[in-house]
Amino acid sequence: MSKNVNVKNLNVYYSDFLAVEGVSMDIAARSVTAFIGPSGCGKSTLLRTLNRMHEVIPGAHVEGQVLIDGDDLYGPGVDPVTVRRQIGMVFQRANPFPTMSIKDNVLAGVRLNNKRISRSDAEALVEKSLRGANLWNEVKDRLDKPGQGLSGGQQQRLCIARAIAVEPQILLMDEPCSALDPISTLAVEDLINELKDTYTVVIVTHNMQQAARISDKTAFFNIAGTGKPGKLIEYANTTEIFNNPTVKATEDYVSGRFG
Amino acid sequence: MSAATAERTGSRNRLTSGQLPRYATLYTLAASIVVAAAIMGLMGFNWIGLAALSALIYLIAITVLSSVVENRRRATDRFIRGLVTVFFILALLPLISTLWTVVSKGIGVMSWSFISTSGGQSHIDPKTLELVTPQGALQAIVGTLEITGLATLFSVPIGLLTAIYLVEYAAPTFWLRRVVNFLVDVMTGIPSIVAGLFAFSLFTLLMGPKAFSGLSAAVALSVLMIPTVVRSSEEMLRLVPADLREAAYALGVTKFVTIVRIVIPTAIAGIATGITLAIARVIGETAPIFMAASFTDSFNANPFSGAMQTLPVMSYTGYKFPGQDIELSNNLAWGAALLLVIIVVILNLIARLVAMIFAPKTGR
Repeated sequence: MSKNVNVKNLNVYYSDFLAVEGVSMDIAARSVTAFIGPSGCGKSTLLRTLNRMHEVIPGAHVEGQVLIDGDDLYGPGVDPVTVRRQIGMVFQRANPFPTMSIKDNVLAGVRLNNKRISRSDAEALVEKSLRGANLWNEVKDRLDKPGQGLSGGQQQRLCIARAIAVEPQILLMDEPCSALDPISTLAVEDLINELKDTYTVVIVTHNMQQAARISDKTAFFNIAGTGKPGKLIEYANTTEIFNNPTVKATEDYVSGRFG
Repeated sequence: MSAATAERTGSRNRLTSGQLPRYATLYTLAASIVVAAAIMGLMGFNWIGLAALSALIYLIAITVLSSVVENRRRATDRFIRGLVTVFFILALLPLISTLWTVVSKGIGVMSWSFISTSGGQSHIDPKTLELVTPQGALQAIVGTLEITGLATLFSVPIGLLTAIYLVEYAAPTFWLRRVVNFLVDVMTGIPSIVAGLFAFSLFTLLMGPKAFSGLSAAVALSVLMIPTVVRSSEEMLRLVPADLREAAYALGVTKFVTIVRIVIPTAIAGIATGITLAIARVIGETAPIFMAASFTDSFNANPFSGAMQTLPVMSYTGYKFPGQDIELSNNLAWGAALLLVIIVVILNLIARLVAMIFAPKTGR
């Protein structure tokens, strides 16, 4: 069910502006990979190229290859819609659909893709996804209430439930905890730990403790200055990045020293 | 600490010193009115003078009082507050006056038979052998609803789809988007009489001379309505957070389904309100309808042929081309005006109701 990702010499452009330069990395299936680095260094941009979400911005394009179990994401004739059905994404800000109930939010991915689903299957899927997102016990009595009535942390877990309800092979998370309190953060982190048994998880985070706690491998990105492209500086096992980095910049960043 | 608190309870709070008493504004206002009335008494009384003079005296008095007892900041505050209130009342006056005139003059002819019968040719009542001219507004009510309804039917699909194109599909610098934007702006500025001329000449070319019809008037109104619908729908679609679109795309939902199932339902309350307000705006148009659908006292519910009456046109013709009984014609004109105001109020209420029903729920 989960797949590995190979990024080969990837350059990401916004129109003429080179945002990320020369990234190559292999992400193993059933693992958690964290992207860390200062703001504007291109980690979110890179994450979004992994399911072609960056194309939402006009003028964005890439050079290079992203292989999902050997299939090129950017090969000719690849439909971004097909790609996104297999590679789910959770955003920084929880964004449940305001017109839908909790249940409809979970089923949104299935229903909006025009798949017919029987009532009993739908209920089973809702329960499975909400349990998978550690939210079932909190919302099981109010599945027909609007999703926006939940607290921020619950909304974010609802978004995760919505993302895993379509059973993606890979789950991308763009700072999923940055707007959450510590308790909700803990709930999401526990969830990520469980999710890696089934999915390949890639997470962007500004919280280095979080990266240290949940990820197997960590990639550190940096930027030489404003207007320069972001680059992958170091990519290794998380323990190595935090305890014994080979590059000076990584050490400075993870220990909180700059310049 | 408790001793210090106890000491203070008896005396006045020192933090409140240097302030006018609580109802100083009201006292000053009352005093200003009395003074103004006294001055008016010397010069000859009239209500407008009294109001203007009271306002002037009040503004001066409260500012002087406040700057003596309080400080400059509070004096300025009280002066500006007073000034804002005066201008608010000034702005409200014409509205209330218009409404009052329409209601008081129109209420006289308002009755069930006024609404349920239509005007037409005079005929002789076979029983009493008197000449009877039926008086009513049914033909105008039906005409107004049909013409505005048809105009809505033309404008909403065109307007909404244009808005969707502008917001969802056209890249910001694409030439077609600029052209559409420019044309919509130009259309917004079209005088209604030009829209009427356009529809009239279009139908004259198509159908031959004297091609008055409700359809023609509806075309004229939709020329006026489309830009309003485009702009209001565009605003509402832009208010839908980009987050929601991204969330849908990330689930592998196509752009079309995202627009139809996510974006439009989220914005539907605002879009519906915008459409209703656009209807309320064109329902009172007189010139283009007068030109394209002419006017008539007879009942005509077929919008595809023949002259049609609407409430604003009935109001206009009642004054401009009165019948034998000028008094009665004028009264009927006021009645039509009142009916129009009532319909617009109902439309506005519907708009609020629609917005309430469709608004995203946030209950827990």
